[in-house]
Amino acid sequence: MTPPQHLHTALGLSDEELSRIVGVLGREPNMLELSLFGVMWSEHCSYKSSRAHLRRLPTEGDRVLVGPGENAGVVDAGDGIAVALRIESHNHPSAIEPHEGAATGVGGIIRDIFTMGARPLALMDPLFFGPPDDARQRWLLEGVVSGISAYGNSVGVPTVGGELTFDPCYAGNPLVNVLCLGALPKDRLVLARASGDGNLVVLLGAATGRDGIGGVSVLASAGFTGGESDSAKRPNVQVGDPFEEKRLIEACLALLDAGLVVALQDLGGAGLACATSEVAARGGVGIDLDVAAVPRREPGMAAWEVMTSESQERMLAVVAPAAWPAVRALCSQWEVTATVVGTVTEDRDGRGSLRIFERGELVGEVPASSLAEGAPVYERPMQAPPDLEERQADDPTPTEVRGDCRAELQSLMVDPGWVFRQYDHELFLNTVLGPGGDAALLRLAGPGLPPSERGVAVTTDSAPRWCAVDPRRGVALLVAEGIANLACVGARPAAVVNCLNFGNPEHPEVMWQFSETVDGLAEACRAFGLPVIGGNVSFYNESTGVDIPPTPVLGLLGLVERLRERPPPPAFFSGASVLLLGERRARGAIGHPLAGSRWSVECRGRRGGVLPPLDAEAHLRVCGLVASMVAETLAGGARLVGGVHDVSGGGLAVALAEMAVAGGVGVRVAGIEGHEELFTELPSRLLVASDRPAEVCARADAAGVEAHVIGVAEGGDVRVEGLVDVSVEALRTSAGAALGGRLEPV
Amino acid sequence: MSVRVGVVVFPGTNCEHDTVAALERAGASAALVWHTAESLEGFDAVVLPGGFAHGDYLRPGAIARFSPVMGAVARFAAAGGPVIGICNGFQVLTEAGLLPGALVKNRGLRFVCMPVDVRVESGSSALTAGVAPGTVLRIPVNHFSGSYVCDDRTLRDLWDWGGVVLRYVENPNGSVDDIAGVANAEGNVVGLMPHPERASDTLLGSVDGLVLLRALVATAAGVRAA
Repeated sequence: MTPPQHLHTALGLSDEELSRIVGVLGREPNMLELSLFGVMWSEHCSYKSSRAHLRRLPTEGDRVLVGPGENAGVVDAGDGIAVALRIESHNHPSAIEPHEGAATGVGGIIRDIFTMGARPLALMDPLFFGPPDDARQRWLLEGVVSGISAYGNSVGVPTVGGELTFDPCYAGNPLVNVLCLGALPKDRLVLARASGDGNLVVLLGAATGRDGIGGVSVLASAGFTGGESDSAKRPNVQVGDPFEEKRLIEACLALLDAGLVVALQDLGGAGLACATSEVAARGGVGIDLDVAAVPRREPGMAAWEVMTSESQERMLAVVAPAAWPAVRALCSQWEVTATVVGTVTEDRDGRGSLRIFERGELVGEVPASSLAEGAPVYERPMQAPPDLEERQADDPTPTEVRGDCRAELQSLMVDPGWVFRQYDHELFLNTVLGPGGDAALLRLAGPGLPPSERGVAVTTDSAPRWCAVDPRRGVALLVAEGIANLACVGARPAAVVNCLNFGNPEHPEVMWQFSETVDGLAEACRAFGLPVIGGNVSFYNESTGVDIPPTPVLGLLGLVERLRERPPPPAFFSGASVLLLGERRARGAIGHPLAGSRWSVECRGRRGGVLPPLDAEAHLRVCGLVASMVAETLAGGARLVGGVHDVSGGGLAVALAEMAVAGGVGVRVAGIEGHEELFTELPSRLLVASDRPAEVCARADAAGVEAHVIGVAEGGDVRVEGLVDVSVEALRTSAGAALGGRLEPV
Repeated sequence: MSVRVGVVVFPGTNCEHDTVAALERAGASAALVWHTAESLEGFDAVVLPGGFAHGDYLRPGAIARFSPVMGAVARFAAAGGPVIGICNGFQVLTEAGLLPGALVKNRGLRFVCMPVDVRVESGSSALTAGVAPGTVLRIPVNHFSGSYVCDDRTLRDLWDWGGVVLRYVENPNGSVDDIAGVANAEGNVVGLMPHPERASDTLLGSVDGLVLLRALVATAAGVRAA
């Protein structure tokens, strides 16, 4: 069938891209072939606007077993156990249909993890919406949370943390990111590389329907207009079935344990087109595929529909013919449909062809690598925003403040419990610290793993208010915050994954933001000695022509060597001395900068200024000190620290208030210079509650870290001399009302 | 030889490994039993763990009750063997008619995962034998359909035969009479919504669940000795 004119445009391909395809094939593509290029060369699948930049990220490290480019990054955690980690976005499907959009996002990331041979053990969900006093935003929030809850709980992977950000800039384009962590015996690691002439290509799991066709191109690689055409995209959203996925997980892990598969690849964005071309291209082989053999959910589907459908809960396995009967039997036990849909072919013509047949007739033929790796790489134009200097000059720090800061502190308190109580966060009996703390702390254990007393910690961090002011320094501060979060639970950072949520890459300012972010991330990771083991780029987050602010979301993985005892909570206990570790003021003209802080943005509506500086070495010193004191406690040793929390969003004020609410004990603090010191988000500071303050100070001194006893935990009020006087109960009520007052009770 | 507990696995069950680990901490040896098994021979007690058997399709437990293993569970219970249903397992036992009443969607129409306090009301069931009534235990719940309902007569019967085994101190889901767990008239079949296996390790914050699991192990040992 010859494609109608301009079909390529409807499929999201430019005229230049069409010419390039004609060049690759040496002829005009037919409609099926054009559809394959349409999805595989979409921004979502090909990273054509970001690839040139992402090369700048450091990806190597002693523990890295698998870096970017595979389905997930993998790190050696010791004791014969490897940890797989990935983060992804499902922004546009969730904006159109929040429940299914978020649910299938969970399903997709879980498949990425068990594709590597790892059992998925934990999920985290950073979410971004407009303010919840708007009915549509509540509909989005409730739908997204119910989707994550329904899918994650049922499929049997606990959701151990996440983040919740409300800002008007996400009202037209909410963000739904999801991170998944898995673990595997190191020797079960599989890579998605097809090999072996004559080996069978087997499709596992759900039947293929028309759901999600063009999801990666129509939906994920174009912005929203704010009109009716947005909701008309609803049929491009996939529908999830967690029960199918649960059986698929068990069947696939059992197949790997039995050594029955050569390669495994999940079907996600761009469906069979993506899975077959990637698995063939990575292995340097070809695949002959019979679309007629693919089990269908509905009749009358054309070959291009079968190849580009994003029906959920499907996996592709490469199996030696001799192993096929055993594969079929094992799948049957788990009630998973397994169907031979093709064969691996030797690289006859030197370019590994993906040949598609329909009842014996060849209906399409393209080099697999041209789909998987042949998309053009764009060096899109970049330009700093014209008002950059003006914005930097608009620093909120010198703002005059009179009266007390009580009301402002109360307005910054948010209890995310309404969200996480809807998630199973305890399955597998690994969750030592779950949602609501600085980082999740998990035992490194699971079915099929060798015994170990190690632990893993995970945190997700974002701060669009920082990145909007200065994407380069903002993302560096995020890496720092992640390290501080890990330190609070006694973990040393081991690897980073990133989900880069940006606006329209065809806007030069967005590409400038992106490039600055990549540079900032690369610089910070080098300074901290951290490898980036995977990532995801989500462009076209725009609505009615307005781009979201740069929103990198980082996932940091930390390791704990001996996890025998519980860590100190982010809470005060009665009688504790309260210590601030780290430098109390920035070295520079402004000692307590407020640019990009929650106080400036949320209380004063000021989004300009110059972000606080980051001193990587000082940061590592203070985080290393806290991590080592906490790790001693985890290992069963001294308990110098009875409570710990990093100073971050909302500054010292919110950190003190959160520790007071968590512990149900007030605090009395003196010597805080003013509201600037109370609300600054100056990095590299941690709050510690201890009944052995002299010993903590001695340790700090030895480590070259400043330590100041700033107060004592006691009573029922949070009192900061001259600035704040409020009861713990009032703070708890404010935090609960932030969400609970607007949403139906759980 | 330690007490042997069979932990039944349906497609979609997900708490089986956790339950085995907690039972072993409580002194039992435990083994997984696939839902197509037709015999439970060799086991001293049976646990139906939490999860989403058969995806909870139709309604929780509605399909699982037809799995071949349920015939064996019914025979095991009729012979006096201890049978415990945790969360989804409780739902399966009510659907199978081995326990009275039903579990409907939570009052808030949302999933709820959090630690709750439950009070032991009866010390005569397989899961609470020897535990003093009035004992308060902190154990997590994790369910969407955990609101226990039954007709008035059943409720009276339950109270009469000591079948109200556990009650919430603060009701998280709208259950009638704050009921968190019930037993049949013989006391050998018990269902509860809280997850005792999730409160079985100090590292995770509570070991109160072991009070119940140890009572089960003691009951099973007693039945075997008899």
